[in-house]
Amino acid sequence: MAKLDQGPPNYKEMLPPIIKENYGKWKYHEIPRSGVLKHVSESGAALYSVRVGTPRLVSIDFIRDVCELADKHTDGFLRWTTRNNIEFLVSEEAKVQPLIDELDAKGYAVGGTGAAISNIIHTQGWVHCHTPATDASGVVKAVMDDLYEYFNSMKLPAKLKMGLACCLNMCGSTHCSDIGIVGVHRTPPRIDHEKIRKGTEIPSLVASCPTGAIRPDPKNKSVIVNNDKCMYCGNCYTMSPAMEIYDAKNDGIAILIGGKVSNARSAPSFSRMVIPFLPNNAPRWPETTEAIRKIIELWIANAQKGERIGEWVERIGWEKFFTMAELPFSDMLIDDYIFSRETFRTSAAFKY
Amino acid sequence: MTEKKTPLLDELEKGKWPSFVSEIKRAAVRTEAAAELLQVLERSYVERRGHWKHGGIVGVRGYGGGVIGRYVDEPQTYPALAEFHTIRINQPSGFFYNTKTLRTICDLWEKHGSGMTNMHGSTGDIILLGCKTEHIQPIFDDYSDAGFDLGGSGSCLRTTNTCVGPGRCEFACYDTLEACYNITNEFMDELHRPMWPYKSKIKFSGCSNDCTGSIARADCSVIGTWRDTLRIDQAAVKEYAAEGFDIQGLVCAKCPTKCLTFDSATQELSVVGEDCTRCMHCINKMPKAIQAGKEKGATILIGGKSTIVQSAFMSWVIVPFMKMDPEDDFAEFKDFMRRIWEWWDENGKTRERIGETIYRVGMGKFLRETEIAPVPQMVFRPRANPYVFWNQDDLDTSSVEL
Repeated sequence: MAKLDQGPPNYKEMLPPIIKENYGKWKYHEIPRSGVLKHVSESGAALYSVRVGTPRLVSIDFIRDVCELADKHTDGFLRWTTRNNIEFLVSEEAKVQPLIDELDAKGYAVGGTGAAISNIIHTQGWVHCHTPATDASGVVKAVMDDLYEYFNSMKLPAKLKMGLACCLNMCGSTHCSDIGIVGVHRTPPRIDHEKIRKGTEIPSLVASCPTGAIRPDPKNKSVIVNNDKCMYCGNCYTMSPAMEIYDAKNDGIAILIGGKVSNARSAPSFSRMVIPFLPNNAPRWPETTEAIRKIIELWIANAQKGERIGEWVERIGWEKFFTMAELPFSDMLIDDYIFSRETFRTSAAFKY
Repeated sequence: MTEKKTPLLDELEKGKWPSFVSEIKRAAVRTEAAAELLQVLERSYVERRGHWKHGGIVGVRGYGGGVIGRYVDEPQTYPALAEFHTIRINQPSGFFYNTKTLRTICDLWEKHGSGMTNMHGSTGDIILLGCKTEHIQPIFDDYSDAGFDLGGSGSCLRTTNTCVGPGRCEFACYDTLEACYNITNEFMDELHRPMWPYKSKIKFSGCSNDCTGSIARADCSVIGTWRDTLRIDQAAVKEYAAEGFDIQGLVCAKCPTKCLTFDSATQELSVVGEDCTRCMHCINKMPKAIQAGKEKGATILIGGKSTIVQSAFMSWVIVPFMKMDPEDDFAEFKDFMRRIWEWWDENGKTRERIGETIYRVGMGKFLRETEIAPVPQMVFRPRANPYVFWNQDDLDTSSVEL
């Protein structure tokens, strides 16, 4: 009989001795090289964390491999980061290089520190979710392969965080990332009236629509969708299996930029849409990787030192960004939802 | 094991970034489920659509959540994926592990499941990806015996998450790891037995760098801060200057309130403490010279969520400063959460996040009913329109003729 409500394992039992001894007494840190953090405590003790990228979707063989490395180099202690990287926790400087050598030899991706592109926070996609408009793992792999040089170096103007969500539920961090990749539909749901009659709670289905495009059809014991008011968010499908919305020919990806969560310098901000649609060109999504690279290279060439993408664009102005990026501006990028007016330019100050 | 070709996915074994396709192939050597997962995914790549059926309600005895049911849409073609459920296991604070624990996770999953995992889900859980319905209870029993518990799913308190905190960060303003562990254990019932209008998440960040993204990814964002003045080590400032670090350009000029002054003659850095908004920029740039103040605690912000339904919200300030004290068992925070959840449970509509409920009924009503005093720190700026609600009972009605 399982024990109920015992909660997570106690983290204290899995902290390496150097962390137990210096808990809450860290004085400062340095980044000696890409992928390595050095934390120095008030006692003078130094902890080295060696950061390694992962695909997040991993087999138990991967975890066992990593355990073998940790047993050999870090007395069996390691952690994951909030961006799904692994950090080997090394308590002696002499053990850092042998670990890195072995990681390099085995093809692990060492990096993700400082002014770099770290791992992409992403979701389930076609691997396990029922509402996606694109895949997650595949797009992430394609983008990270393309931008790998920025993962294992620290040559960007500032750090760059990316998020990918396979639908508008936007699980993860897409809405608050420097670059957000979001799966989007472009066609309304297809109603299966028989399925609705069998097992859908119609009031909840009606209430799930952000634009009020769905209304009950009591005569038919089903619902009616006003296609003119539908913007294909797919939330009705989340509520009811009768509202299938995937459309292989028209589903794809939108790109948002300029979000951040840290409070450093400027307030946390949402990412903003700059490309409304790119096709699902599996397995490499070349249109997506190319668009992202172009934006990043423009930012590298033009941002001041320390400027996140959003801070750079806000300084130069979005109109200038669109010119520089040679991205078409369309009415699809002008907000027409609840909080839209705040995004209009209520000022005569702008650049031509 | 069925040998079938996967030309599109094979492309994704090339390149320098670690490949998830190689990972599925490794698991496919052991389990038919992983082998078929590869086939379904290849088909999705060809057809550009998913192949998972809608929803699915499965679980374990005693809990209302923790397992995400999933079924493939063609069970005859992919019998090993006819049932392919995800189990969420509550991760340890800060994702700290030893290899013994990780091996236990692997051994149990090898016994029961597909061999595939997510390390970790976006909310924080260890994700065990793919098992049959009949295995769910034995899986839970085994993991439970090994000291693990399920994470959250559904309209409940979801698994809480934290940054690395005092475990390895000099910026941490409270013990995020202990707060996460302690508070998760306090609210086990709320986590395992969904009873609310919708999901509710808490994330703990030790400072306003917000390494968990709490402000955007949690209904309650607990962000470490301090109430007194920055501490500056002038000798260390001089060392930065001596190394040629541009203190004026990269630190003072970027300060959002311009409260830092660098005197290039004396090479001293000074701060107008009461003007600092604790954004962390100067500390980030000069960690050896600048430290947070001594009087530490957290700012509590409420309302963060993603797009659906009313747009994405960032959490906003409700309590500017709260002590986060392990000594008193985080009593003030727990009392606060109970009050606001109770209010939301009464007032929230079905599938309405707390941020949307507050937005719909108004901050004024929310604050009055939860007995939280309004303060200017809650807003960027006051309202511009004059459409103010007054409580009619508070007005002088002595001379009004009806």
